[in-house]
Amino acid sequence: MNKINLIIQREYLTRVKKKSFIIMSFVGPLLFAALMIVPAWLAVEDEDNQNIEVIDETGIFINQLNNNDEINFNYEFRSLKDAQEDLFNKDGKYTAVLHIPKVVVTHPKTVQIFYHDKPKGSSIDYMENQIAKVIEDKKLQDLYNLSYDQVSGLRPKVSIVANKVDETGNTQEKSDGLAKALGLILAFIIYFFIFLFGMQVMRGVIEEKTSRIIEVIISSVKPFELMMGKIVGVALVALTQVGLWVVLSSVIYTGVGSIFGDELAANQKNQIEQLENSNPTINAEVLAATDTGGFVTEIKSKMETINFPLVIGCFIFFFLGGYLLYGSLFAAVGAAVDNETDTQQFMLPITIPLILSIVVAQLVMDNPDGQLAFWGSLFPFTSPIIMMVRIPFGVDTWQVVLSMVLLIITFIGSTWMAGKIYRIGILMYGKKPSFKEIGKWIITKT
Amino acid sequence: MSSILKADNIVKQYASHRALDDVSIEVPKGCIYGLLGPNGAGKTSLIRIINQITRPDEGQVLFNGSPLAPDDISQIGYLPEERGLYKKMEVGEQAMYLAQLKGMSKKEAKAKLSMWFKRFDISPWWNKKVEELSKGMAQKIQFIVTVLHEPKLLILDEPFSGFDPINTNIVKSEIFRLKEEGTSIILSTHNMASVEEICDQIALINNSKKILDGTVKQVKQDFKEGIFNVDFKGNMISFTNALGTACELLNSSDNDGRISAKVKLAQNIGTNDLLKALVNHVEVFGLQEVVPSMNDIFIKKVGENSIIKEANHE
Repeated sequence: MNKINLIIQREYLTRVKKKSFIIMSFVGPLLFAALMIVPAWLAVEDEDNQNIEVIDETGIFINQLNNNDEINFNYEFRSLKDAQEDLFNKDGKYTAVLHIPKVVVTHPKTVQIFYHDKPKGSSIDYMENQIAKVIEDKKLQDLYNLSYDQVSGLRPKVSIVANKVDETGNTQEKSDGLAKALGLILAFIIYFFIFLFGMQVMRGVIEEKTSRIIEVIISSVKPFELMMGKIVGVALVALTQVGLWVVLSSVIYTGVGSIFGDELAANQKNQIEQLENSNPTINAEVLAATDTGGFVTEIKSKMETINFPLVIGCFIFFFLGGYLLYGSLFAAVGAAVDNETDTQQFMLPITIPLILSIVVAQLVMDNPDGQLAFWGSLFPFTSPIIMMVRIPFGVDTWQVVLSMVLLIITFIGSTWMAGKIYRIGILMYGKKPSFKEIGKWIITKT
Repeated sequence: MSSILKADNIVKQYASHRALDDVSIEVPKGCIYGLLGPNGAGKTSLIRIINQITRPDEGQVLFNGSPLAPDDISQIGYLPEERGLYKKMEVGEQAMYLAQLKGMSKKEAKAKLSMWFKRFDISPWWNKKVEELSKGMAQKIQFIVTVLHEPKLLILDEPFSGFDPINTNIVKSEIFRLKEEGTSIILSTHNMASVEEICDQIALINNSKKILDGTVKQVKQDFKEGIFNVDFKGNMISFTNALGTACELLNSSDNDGRISAKVKLAQNIGTNDLLKALVNHVEVFGLQEVVPSMNDIFIKKVGENSIIKEANHE
């Protein structure tokens, strides 16, 4: 036990002291923070202020198009040619010319816009909606003598509030958007770390083989102790890295947040709303909370629908479980070969379930209680990632427990098997073994 | 003299070949024991069994009179033939780590290491990274960490490979010093000159079997073939005539009128008989028995063995 501690210590310290670890600890949070802040920040900065000259040949659009923050409609009564000339000479006050021909009511695709700098996609969409609304209004009036507002008053805005009923009969409102975001982020962290640190275990084993220190070490400790010491040591490195990232990211995030505050919150709100609902109908709840202060309370109330201690507990369990399962396999691969270029053949069977699970995770996010989600979250090679996606939505306890038990059993099995491969592989040099030979290693005694 | 290590009828079978076939060796305490044999003979397999890296399929190993136990690791020092160090670690840090893995306390390891570093005059290396060291320098560190915990049994596999002549002598004198202090040493090597110089006893392993063992003196005695070297002045023809039919002239060389000849005596003829026959015909300066070198014995035994093996195959 004392020796395994020594090994863990060495594996941990040599990695934590490395320059690359220190750099990653600081760059990682910057990347994460950038991932959260930059899109919101870009949305803040990237305003598309358009002063649009409307040349309306029909006369029905005058003062009917609503301005918004970015788009300002101005109505001029002159020929399109004159307007274009002004635009061409850049001496007019307008940024673009919107030409609405006479035939627009019957041929709505004839509207044209002329510009120097292309208006962004959402501005074009906005203009299209505005024009369509006016045409619709006009048609309704012609046919039924009703106004657009009268008709839209007739359209009910339906929104379904999702409620999860658990085994004890409790009903809980579930926030889809937040659960989706949380599940996917946590699952992705697990995926990323299994890969990153599994590879580190493998490289560590190969390093010991190629530097030929292995025989010196295993004359002092059992190969299994060396393997486990390495896996655990690297796991601690991974946890340290995650911990540092969480702390540093929140420092950076709150720092930047206090500077850009409101704007960021508003933009992030939009992002969450996009996740929340692909249906453009605005949720009544969200309507009630359009100001940012209301948004914060809304986020808070949504956070309350998620069982955070459970999510964090499961994250740590599946993070470690998944890492230990794959880490032992990566160690076995490292032991079976002499150099990193030979690893590919053996890496393939390990990486396929990993990559598959991150692909399936996207589907599971949309249907967290479907068949795919169920089986994916029980199969130990995909469960650390798939189950993590499901957890924030709420999963029946028996499923979580079963998944955990299966993961533990498989982990013990894979470690035992990896230990067998490892103990023979580390002393083998030269020819790359075949899968058949590795199979023989598993069944031979020492 | 009791033995530090006794391996009885060791059998080790790998998937397709038998690495050790009923091999027994006995290493007396305080002795330097040469483990000889061509590449792939099974030396490393035997050494790995002694180090408890692998287990024998049959047979048992007694260490200091009792069956080999996991704790015995701290009593054994092993310098493998294929040896290395963590390249990215500092020398001192690494030596401390390896010493602690052998069960030494931090304090003890530190004290002993600084003593050894002084003895080898390498104290300034403590904070260097291993990758900055030359091969010979790294070998010194490896030797130190092998003997640092003062093992009762030291197993050295090709200890001189990679050393220049000066460092080879340093290591040799350290080996003798350790022997003086009572350490028993198993030395596995191809370097037959060093075997003759260092070893007290040897075992020769070939094709997974032990084919020869005993003290170096005894083995050499056993392989004497009754060949003598005669130095004389005189006529080569009269020398040959004087030898008659009882003795066989193997070869001769003329060095400024002084001739040196190798003669093989017949069974019933002694050196006095030879001298008597010669003195009347030539002037004899010297008569010397030719004792085979370990190199000759190695080549003879291993060569013989592989001929037998080939014959058995057919």
